Amino acid sequence: MASASSFAAALDPRTPPDTVARAELSAIDASARWPVIIFVVSGLIWLLVGTVFALIASFKMHTPGFLGDYEWLTFGRARSAHLNAVIYGWSTNVAFAVAFWLMARLSRAALRHAGVLVIAACFWNLGVTIGVIGILAGDSTSIEWLEIPPYATPLLFVAYALVGGWAIVTFRFRRAQHVYVSQWYLLAALFWFPWLYSIAQIMLVFEPARGTVQALVNWWFAHNVLGLWFTPIGLAAAYYFIPKVLGKPIHSYYLSVLGFWSLAIFYNWAGVHHLIGGPVPAWAISAGIAASLMMVIPVVVTGINHHLTMVGSFGMLRYSPTLRFVVFGAVNYTIVSLCGSAMAIRSVNEITHFTHFTVGHAHQGLYAFFTMIMFGAIYYILPRILLKEWPSAALIRLHFWAAAIGVTLYWLDLSIGGWIQGMEMNNPNIAFLDVVRHTLPWLVVRSGAGIIMTVGHLAFAVNIGWMLCAKRPAGATAPTLFRNPPALPATAAR
Amino acid sequence: MNKGPLIFLGIFLTLAFSWVGIVLTNQIQYGSLTAYYDQNEGKTFPEKPAGEAERGRLVYQDLGCLYCHSQQVRRPGFGGDTERGWGERQSVARDYIYERRVFLGTMRTGPDLRNIGARQPSADWHYLHLYDPQLTSPGSIMAPFPFLFAYRKIVGEPSPKALKLPAEYAKAHGLDRPGYELVPKPRADALVAYLLSLKDTYEFPEAKPFVPPKKGGGAK
Repeated sequence: MASASSFAAALDPRTPPDTVARAELSAIDASARWPVIIFVVSGLIWLLVGTVFALIASFKMHTPGFLGDYEWLTFGRARSAHLNAVIYGWSTNVAFAVAFWLMARLSRAALRHAGVLVIAACFWNLGVTIGVIGILAGDSTSIEWLEIPPYATPLLFVAYALVGGWAIVTFRFRRAQHVYVSQWYLLAALFWFPWLYSIAQIMLVFEPARGTVQALVNWWFAHNVLGLWFTPIGLAAAYYFIPKVLGKPIHSYYLSVLGFWSLAIFYNWAGVHHLIGGPVPAWAISAGIAASLMMVIPVVVTGINHHLTMVGSFGMLRYSPTLRFVVFGAVNYTIVSLCGSAMAIRSVNEITHFTHFTVGHAHQGLYAFFTMIMFGAIYYILPRILLKEWPSAALIRLHFWAAAIGVTLYWLDLSIGGWIQGMEMNNPNIAFLDVVRHTLPWLVVRSGAGIIMTVGHLAFAVNIGWMLCAKRPAGATAPTLFRNPPALPATAAR
Repeated sequence: MNKGPLIFLGIFLTLAFSWVGIVLTNQIQYGSLTAYYDQNEGKTFPEKPAGEAERGRLVYQDLGCLYCHSQQVRRPGFGGDTERGWGERQSVARDYIYERRVFLGTMRTGPDLRNIGARQPSADWHYLHLYDPQLTSPGSIMAPFPFLFAYRKIVGEPSPKALKLPAEYAKAHGLDRPGYELVPKPRADALVAYLLSLKDTYEFPEAKPFVPPKKGGGAK
């Protein structure tokens, strides 16, 4: 490691050559301060709300009488409240924070009129709040991933337009010569999502298309929320934080170009694989399957690129919380995407479709990949925004292990249980109620995994609350790491 | 890739590709699919849903039934749908043309409901099942919907829809007061009407199962 040279640099009496750059970064961070805090804190609140609904829905699956007398908490509503709270509340709020912070940093441009983003945050969270309450009150549209009732969605659209517009304005006023790979992903995601969302709203809610065309529009949208909104934001963060923490460039520029464009071309066709065997045109399904299999290209390319960047630096995972969360997410991106491609093959889909296998897959995608990377990003961004360090390394450690073990257990459990469920469901000699009975142990373990993840979320929340309340230290501080590297002065590694 | 406009153009074209392919092309291909006129019967199929069933569809929607029940029968030989008796034939796009919101569903925690009206035509069964699934299907993990029912004093004649609870169950749950009855609220009525309306019995020409040609029987 570079311990000798960085130690020498620390002793050098001259003005360090990167002082100007550091001052610029600190001005950019300061400009993003309030929007980031508001988006991250509201995201955190939604994470906790979503977790509560997740546990309620999960318990109801194996104990159907649990809270059975409350209409607003019936499974179909609690489950949808969970989904919308974590998708639009938690994931999108933090995705916004990470997106415009990254965009400002990579464009080397401070956010102008950051108050607009604060207004956007208010609109967004008001929209999600009204939406989730609407779902619980019985106004859900029952369109998967679009349950929020139509009276709340215009608020979301306005908020999104403000955030997306602001990121593009920041990009327009960039002072950096080079457009980094993360910026391609950010621009794409911010442009794609409103297109998907507005078409889906129009063709499903306001002027519904006829018959099963709705199903095609639904899955074109719903799969692309993951593929063209959360995935690009997650990858943008991974492409930024892995090299940043390691202090070395990404392995290959050309692999990142190939990865980006192949994702852009193939992912947006993949959603039709949710309709395999369904009453929609067979050619559309076949095209969706082909696109899902072609997704192997961007996934393998991106995986290789990240892996070769990490090679030689795996030891850093012992120290940096950001790196550990992000690398966990990046590894899961590779696994979950390859699983997804496999699940699109007809003979596999015949078994996994309509089972808990898909639920496990969705959680691996949104949690083990996306959410873990967002956790890592927040561990990096908040100290720079607040000019304070994380108060407790022990809580970060607890958060990591609870989240990592919890979600891995969740995924493995539902994958096995779902596979058995699918095999049994395709065998008409097994009575349906027996199929249901055989899923019970897996559903109980799933609740256990959910409780473990909840512990992690509480540790995360306590750490953030503690950090916000703590006094800002007077002098220079060292970052909070899992443990300090033996040879390095603590300030050099992050 | 340092040119903003070029990146933007690529981003635009990639999504435009699937938007045209998946959304627009299918909308053009069968977005105005019409009903099928049967000359022998002198009417068109599928039949339009009745008013109460349409209200029931909204109850199905607001309770989120589709998160555990699909409404699509896959073709024979792909999954066990027809063998399980979930339908006599595969579902086709024409079955859904009058549905303002299509509930194909992606989950089968419970069985497929596309033909539940034909498979279980008894309204009494559905009322009991909705009130507490354990009454009709012991071991089920379906949510109970007691809030769709009212336990009330009998005024005048007892309701013909009153739930016929087994005596033991009524006693154990305090539902055996003389002069009282457990009756479905209007939303339960509508929901059951909707469930009973779910049956794709008409055999559309396109719904006939595909029979692969015999192997090696080509030249003769």
